[in-house]
Amino acid sequence: MATSAYWRTRFQRYRLIGNRCKECGKVFFPPRFVCPACGSVKLEEYKLPERGKLVEYTVVYTAPKGYEVMTPYVIGIVELEDGVRVLAQITDVDVEDVKEGMEVEASIRRLPEQLEGGMICYTYKFRPVIK
Amino acid sequence: MVSVEGGVLRPSDDVGIAGYGVYIPIYRIKALEIARVWGKFYDHLPVEEKAVAGPDEDAVTIAIEAARYAIRRAGIRPEEIEAVYVGTESKPYAVKPCSTIVAEALGATPNVLAADYEFACKAGTEAFQTSIGLVASNMVRYAMAIGVDTAQSRPADALEYTAAAGGGAFIFTRRNCETIAYIEGSYSFVTDTPDFWRRDGDMYPSHMGRFTGEPAYFRHTTMAAKGLMSELGLRPSDFSYAVFHQPNPKFPLKLAQYLGIPLDKVKPSIVCSSIGNTYSGSSMIGLASVLDIAKPGDRILLVSYGSGAGSDAFSFVVQDAIEEKRNRAPKVSSFIYRKKEIDYSLYAKFRRKIFM
Repeated sequence: MATSAYWRTRFQRYRLIGNRCKECGKVFFPPRFVCPACGSVKLEEYKLPERGKLVEYTVVYTAPKGYEVMTPYVIGIVELEDGVRVLAQITDVDVEDVKEGMEVEASIRRLPEQLEGGMICYTYKFRPVIK
Repeated sequence: MVSVEGGVLRPSDDVGIAGYGVYIPIYRIKALEIARVWGKFYDHLPVEEKAVAGPDEDAVTIAIEAARYAIRRAGIRPEEIEAVYVGTESKPYAVKPCSTIVAEALGATPNVLAADYEFACKAGTEAFQTSIGLVASNMVRYAMAIGVDTAQSRPADALEYTAAAGGGAFIFTRRNCETIAYIEGSYSFVTDTPDFWRRDGDMYPSHMGRFTGEPAYFRHTTMAAKGLMSELGLRPSDFSYAVFHQPNPKFPLKLAQYLGIPLDKVKPSIVCSSIGNTYSGSSMIGLASVLDIAKPGDRILLVSYGSGAGSDAFSFVVQDAIEEKRNRAPKVSSFIYRKKEIDYSLYAKFRRKIFM
């Protein structure tokens, strides 16, 4: 990932910051410049909730380069408390323990390094809620 | 401002802890498994098991997790935090602060002081002192001090049994009815003692074996604790709990005997047997363990230790707000019981001991 692209997207990666259309109220994550529902360009920053439920998932056994250290790992769709759905890696869970409906919360984790000596990228993942 | 009287750092305005949080990675490796791999005797292993950072974790991610729980307990908005200090010897970048990433992830940027501290295992309590000073001098309203590590250890070295991952975050503010404990004073004892080091560019640290005990850990911790008690006019019996840096479970118990503190006042803070030595996180997690169970009015002695070498001692008095605030975020015991055991192969993969 280009350093500049990572830097531009750091708020959504670190804090789940999306945006919401002021005209029709639709929420977008990642944020958009134009609302695809009503065409409005009036969008405001919107902080997504950090808790939700895993609604769908799949297990990755053959990973892209750099991700081999984590295989097998889980990618899933999380429905947050406000109904917004986010695609993310589910971490800290064994493949045999993951199940639909499990309560998860946002965490921040490190992505595999793509270049030796390059920038370290951090992004949101979800893990089971710690009680 | 912080006033210095005979070596004690005593804030001129009362400072308290607004919130605290810890984070310990889910993975554990048993000391028995490490001993098995290296063909060592199974008797006298220093700990039962230690916490291991996952392949997607490092000091920054652990710091952010702990800090978010601290904010939850404090009940403040992230943008109210005006200083973020991260103490660690496991910096993912040699040059680039952890604290900027942590502050940005929390939402405390851009109007925030941010810096990293390094003093082996006592970098976190250094951050305590800076935060307390900034709050006492009215330069900031809320300051966050984090101690965190994903400790490095050379394969087959004695440190491999204990070098662990974890961290704690504490938010300081002026003492009020919402602070959970206030500080009475701090006292530091520092000398140039080469007991443990890691040279620039080296992956693993070197240490001086038995030399790390008497002239290093015990001398500095004892002097700091005695100096603090002397300056504040306190005796060991005035403390309900004592929290000491825990490189292994034996050292803090032996230190308690040196200081004349009953072992049952120290044991509630000792988590080293279950999670290992979390280095800069050790004193923080020990203090959090005690705050998880302490009652209002309890006085807590905290003594950190960092190789190189030095100790920072603190006296805290627990306040009423602890009863409600401690339940706002997971306690240390939640993290101790949340665990997945891994074998040495996975450990080697997770800790990047296998080069691909």
